Amino acid sequence: MLSFIGRSMVQKIITLFFVSIVSFLIIHLAPGEPSQVDPTNPKFTPEMVEKFREAFHLDEPLYVQYLYFYGDLFSGKTISWKDNQPVLKKIWERFLNSLPLFIVGTILTWTISFPVGIRSALFRGGIYDRSSTFFAYLLISIPGFFFAYILIIFVVTQFQVPVIGMETFGIGDTAWSNRAMDRIWHLLLPSLLGATGGIAVLSRYVRSQMLEVEGQDYVRTAKAKGLAPDQVHYKHALRNALLPFVTMFGLILPGLIGGSVIIESIFAWPGMGRMGYEAILARDYPIILTLNFVSAVLVLIGTFISDLLYLVVDPRIRL
Amino acid sequence: MDVNPHTDTDTQDYLLDEPLAPKRTRFEEFWRLFKQNRLAIAGMVFFILFFVVAIIGLALTSGNDPYLDPALVRLQEKLRPPLAKPNFEMLQPDEAPTLGVYVFGTDDLGRDVFARMLQGSWVSLTVGFVAVGIAIIIGIFLGGIAGYYGQRHIQINQLIVGGFLAAGLLLIIFDLFWVGMVLIICSLACRLLTVLIKKSAGAKAKPAWKRFWYFNTISVDTLIMRFVDIMLCFPSFFLILTVVALLPASIYNIMIVIGLTSWMGTTRFVRAEFLSLREQDFVAAARALGLNDYRIIFRHMMPNAVAPVLVSATIGIASAILTEAGLSFLGFGVPPPHATWGNILSGGKGFIFDAPWLTFVPGFAILMVVLSFNLFGEGLRDVLNPKLRERQ
Repeated sequence: MLSFIGRSMVQKIITLFFVSIVSFLIIHLAPGEPSQVDPTNPKFTPEMVEKFREAFHLDEPLYVQYLYFYGDLFSGKTISWKDNQPVLKKIWERFLNSLPLFIVGTILTWTISFPVGIRSALFRGGIYDRSSTFFAYLLISIPGFFFAYILIIFVVTQFQVPVIGMETFGIGDTAWSNRAMDRIWHLLLPSLLGATGGIAVLSRYVRSQMLEVEGQDYVRTAKAKGLAPDQVHYKHALRNALLPFVTMFGLILPGLIGGSVIIESIFAWPGMGRMGYEAILARDYPIILTLNFVSAVLVLIGTFISDLLYLVVDPRIRL
Repeated sequence: MDVNPHTDTDTQDYLLDEPLAPKRTRFEEFWRLFKQNRLAIAGMVFFILFFVVAIIGLALTSGNDPYLDPALVRLQEKLRPPLAKPNFEMLQPDEAPTLGVYVFGTDDLGRDVFARMLQGSWVSLTVGFVAVGIAIIIGIFLGGIAGYYGQRHIQINQLIVGGFLAAGLLLIIFDLFWVGMVLIICSLACRLLTVLIKKSAGAKAKPAWKRFWYFNTISVDTLIMRFVDIMLCFPSFFLILTVVALLPASIYNIMIVIGLTSWMGTTRFVRAEFLSLREQDFVAAARALGLNDYRIIFRHMMPNAVAPVLVSATIGIASAILTEAGLSFLGFGVPPPHATWGNILSGGKGFIFDAPWLTFVPGFAILMVVLSFNLFGEGLRDVLNPKLRERQ
């Protein structure tokens, strides 16, 4: 166990090192320089550009820039090129905005997809199974931005509530309940959109896991000895089908930072995804690189947690 | 003798032959299973339809004097609903739509949405196929190496050569030209040294430094799979967005970038297939016959490994089309006068209540195409699954 943890730690740190190199190279090899943010801007005189290049070590060779950048990142000194704010503080603020979307989206995904998947596995081939299969494909295939506009048109025309942004502009001094309702309406659509893909994929996965377990010998034995169907399905089959999903708790971690770029820019939600998009438009390299790095760290932590959970829940695996 | 009822022709021949398995080619068997899946059939029909429409669309909307002009601006005819008749008094004779009606309406500049949709279908089609083509080629190449040669180890000398070479190239990229050149020359010298040692190898007992020189380190498999792990760490849409935003706007850049960031799944599939195939008897037989590796890999193993690749390619096309639509929705990718489904939708987002067709027409087109690819791919997966085939 300990040796497994140690080995996997070393492996992940090496991976992270290469990720940092690759992302740094991708950003810096692209044509165009951050000092040419806006050539039409009259404030960007040649002296300004020169000062800018010097302040951000753009004159140094690339490997020195690499060392400077990651040195600053680990000591928390990295600042955004756009407004000189510390990057980590900016990311943390946006992270707090994305967090409610992530939590509501995850709850929706996991509470909807399990009942749907289990039911369509139990009634395999029936009308419910076939229609839920078709709907799952529909949800996987629908472009997020198109679905977002359908939902916006529907909600705005049917319920007459505003949905863009985090809250209605100028709602500040109304009653507490109004404000809460307003927040919920604004939260509902983006988190539902963030959850659609997850619901579709996860419900299919639950269905196939459940079908596999239902075909096992011990389920047949349980049926043969005359147990009630509910007990067979939910006690014997479901408990074993749940095994892979326990480990998936680790894999949802990267979603924390993923924050959909498209959904957040449609709903003008000031979250991580939108910050990334704005940073790309402004060529704000420190933010792009930090986001990349943090999300790689989260992916690696996620796989690590899921490996550990596998060890804990499945006694057949001994490393 | 028990004659199979399915083969009423050529019965005479069958009486002479021993085994009486129903004579079906692989394709007939495939088709028999495939046509039971109605959703997959619908997907395939729509897929072919899309293909035809995209090619016709390219023919009708390209050239100097296209039959349907997708870029013709008629400001007096803006935001006309679908199937609206044009106002002929307001238009110059050469501005009138060729079909005499705006099939899908017009956008905020009075351009014919039908012509723009046709032009955009070709973009979606090529992006899907080329991006997935790139991903498949990389995936088969790396997966094949990892699966077939994976157990071989990289020796210290190869590691040194490769390390020097990579470091040299990196340093040249990192603006240190001369140090990089020296390192590359070092790596070539090491390689030469290895070849010379091998030629002069006669004595049995190797000295310690020679043993070190040939010491096995990590396997090829580990190297490639760790590379896959590294690539999987990147948030893919964000990475694609970054690269596409930094590169000059062009459709080819999008294809290449999507292709270069989506080969990991194929690599894993091909590797897994190759690992199991290379232990099988027919591969051992081929090797015993003295066939070279190239022939074993491409003639004997690849046809057996192609099924999961095909499935993941079909579904990969769907997701590449979605990614491209998302990118052009955000305003990246194909430069403006050219229409794509994503930028028609993006252009219509200011008018979702006044001109909903600008959202619904491209939205449904993307949805239908992606859905048809997904259904077709899932149908293929079911049919190519050997468990299902044996059940008859």
